Amino acid sequence: MKNITFSQATLEAMQEEMLRDESVFVMGEDIARQGGIFGQFKDLPQMVGADRVMDTPISETAIVGAAVGAALAGMRPVADMHFADFFGVCMDEVFNQMAKIRYMFGGQTKVPVVVRAPDGMAKGAAAQHSQSVESWFVHIPGIQVVAPSNPADAKGLLKSAIRSDNPVIYFENKTLFPLKGDVPEGECLTPIGKAAVCREGRDMTIISYSAQLLKCLEAAKLLADEGISAEVLDLRTLSPLDTDAILTSVVKTSRVMIVHEAVKQGGVGAEVAAIIAEEALDALDAPVARLGAPFTPVPFSPVLEDQYRVLPAQIVAAAKKLF
Amino acid sequence: MYSKDLLRSLYSGMVKIRRFEETIEKHFLAGEIPGFTHLYIGEEAVAVGVCHNLTPKDYIESTHRGHGHCIAKGAEIKPMMAEIFGRSTGVCRGKGGSMHIADFKVGMLGANGVVGGGYTLAVGAALAAKLRRTDQVAVVFFGDGASNRGTFHEAANMAAAWKLPALFVCENNEWASTTPYRTTTSVADIADRAAGYGMPGVKVDGNDVLAVYEAAGELVRRARKGEGPALLECKTYRVKGHFVGDPEKYRTREEVQKRFSESDPIKLFEERAVKEKWLGKAELDSVREGMAAEVVDALAFAKSSPYPDPQELFTDLYD
Repeated sequence: MKNITFSQATLEAMQEEMLRDESVFVMGEDIARQGGIFGQFKDLPQMVGADRVMDTPISETAIVGAAVGAALAGMRPVADMHFADFFGVCMDEVFNQMAKIRYMFGGQTKVPVVVRAPDGMAKGAAAQHSQSVESWFVHIPGIQVVAPSNPADAKGLLKSAIRSDNPVIYFENKTLFPLKGDVPEGECLTPIGKAAVCREGRDMTIISYSAQLLKCLEAAKLLADEGISAEVLDLRTLSPLDTDAILTSVVKTSRVMIVHEAVKQGGVGAEVAAIIAEEALDALDAPVARLGAPFTPVPFSPVLEDQYRVLPAQIVAAAKKLF
Repeated sequence: MYSKDLLRSLYSGMVKIRRFEETIEKHFLAGEIPGFTHLYIGEEAVAVGVCHNLTPKDYIESTHRGHGHCIAKGAEIKPMMAEIFGRSTGVCRGKGGSMHIADFKVGMLGANGVVGGGYTLAVGAALAAKLRRTDQVAVVFFGDGASNRGTFHEAANMAAAWKLPALFVCENNEWASTTPYRTTTSVADIADRAAGYGMPGVKVDGNDVLAVYEAAGELVRRARKGEGPALLECKTYRVKGHFVGDPEKYRTREEVQKRFSESDPIKLFEERAVKEKWLGKAELDSVREGMAAEVVDALAFAKSSPYPDPQELFTDLYD
C-alpha cells in the first residue's frame, strides 16, 4: 500500500494506461502546460510524451465531439471537461453522439471514450462551477457513470474506464483531489458496476458516493456513539447501479437512507429509492429516507453555501428518525 | 485528360445514387418505409466528386441526407436498402434507419440526425490520423443550413489550429429545411467563412462532377501532406422537398423544374460526355441499365429480409 492523494491516484492511472496502450490520449483545457486546474495532470506530458497530452481551445463541444470521432477512428480518448458544469455546452455530443453511436449503427463500432468531469462545491465557486449533475447521465442509455470517493477507487475506476469499450463519464469531486488514502501497489482496477461496503453495520444502511460518502462515514461514527450501527455503502458506479449490493444491504439492515451532494429532486437517490420500493419493500421497517441539496442553484456567499450542504449532523438527525 | 475508367466511375456513381433515391421515394410514398427520409437527388455530383479522391481508409461524416455519401464512399447498397426498410439484414441491423446510416467497413462513420453534428466527429477522426501519423483524411459533408451551427466554429478552429487532415464540404443546396439560406445566412458564399480560420475556402459548381472532383482533389492532397484543413463549398440545388412527403409550400413546382432542368448533374455530365466523345450513348445506356438492375436487386433483398427479432432491442448497447 502507499498513501497518496486522490489527484496523484488519477495521475498514476493516466500514466499507467497511456504507457500500456498508445491509442490512449487525453485532451482538455489547461492540462498540458498548466497540469490541470487542480493539478491532476501535473507533468503528464513528461511522463507519457507531449503529443498525447493536448491543450485544447476553449471548445467543449469540439473536445467531446473530437474525442468521439477519434474513438470511431480507433483511438481511446480521455476528454477533460474542466468543470462538470460545462457539460451544458456539449450535451449533444454527449447524449446524441457518444451515447447513441454504437447502438444506432448496430454495433459496427464501439465508443471507448472517458470524459473526466470535476464536480461538486468548492470554495464559493457558485452556481456555474459547483454542480453535481450525475443524474442527467444516469438517465441516458449507452453511457456509464462512475464517481469514486477515495484514492484507490479514483485510480481503479479511471483505469477500468479507460480500458472499457463503453463511453464512461468519470465524476471526480473537486474537494477530493487533495485528500490522501491508501492505494494498492501494482495493478489496481476497480470494476465498473460494483458498489462497496465501506463500513459494516446492523441497524441501517446509508447509501452514498463521491465526496458526500465521507460525510456519511463521519455520521456513521456519530451514530455509533449513540448506539446505532450504520452500514455505509459506496455506490462507486451510478450507471449501471449495483442493485444486488443495494438490496443485500437493505435486506440485512431493514432501514435505508440515500445521501448525495446533488439536488435531491430527481437525483440518483430517487432511482435507488424506487429500486428498493420495487424490490425490497417488505424488508423495510421504516420509509426510505433521502437527503440531498435543496432545489436551488448553488449559492455563492459562504453562509448560503454552508446552508446548501448536507452535513453529518443532518445525516445523524435524519437517521434517528428512522427508529 | 480524364481516363475512361474515371469518367465511367463518376457517372455510374451518380446514376446509382439517383436510382437508389428514386426507388426510396417511390416505396416511402407507398408506405413501405418507416420514419423520415431525405433524398439526395440533384446533389449527386458532390458526394461522387469528393469521394473519388478518397480510399476506404479515409473517413467521412455524413448528414441526415446521407444515402448519397454512403454510396459514394463505397457502401454496398443491399444492406443500405435493408436498413432503410428497417430489416435485420440492414447495415445497422435495423437500429438506425435512413437518418442514422453508417458503414464502418468503408470509412463511412455515419449519417447524423442532428444538423451540424458531424463536424467535431470528423475533426476527431482527423486527429486520430494525425496522432497515428497516417495519411488518412476525414471529410465532413454539411449543408448551408448546418453552416450556421456553432459546432462549425469550434470544429473549424480546432482543425485549423492543429493543422488536421480534415475537409469541410458544404453542399449549398440553397434550402435550410424550408427556409431559403440567404434569409438566415450572413454571407452569400459560405466558402468566405474559411478566411476566419486561416484555411483555404474554395467554391465550385457543385453540379459539375469533374469540377468537384478536381477541387476536392487539390484540397485532399493538401490535407494528406499535412498542410491542414480546408473548406470546399459546392453550389448545388435541392430538387426534392426537405423530406419525402414535404408539401413544399415555400416554393413553386415550376421554379424547381426550371432549376433542375438547368442544373441536373447527371444530365450535364451526359451531354458533356457525348459532346467530348468521352463515353458513347450506348455506354451511358449500359451504365444506367446496370445501376438500375443493382438497385432492383437491393430492393428485392430488402423486401425479402426479415424484421429484427424483438430481443435485438437490447443488443449493441454495452459490452
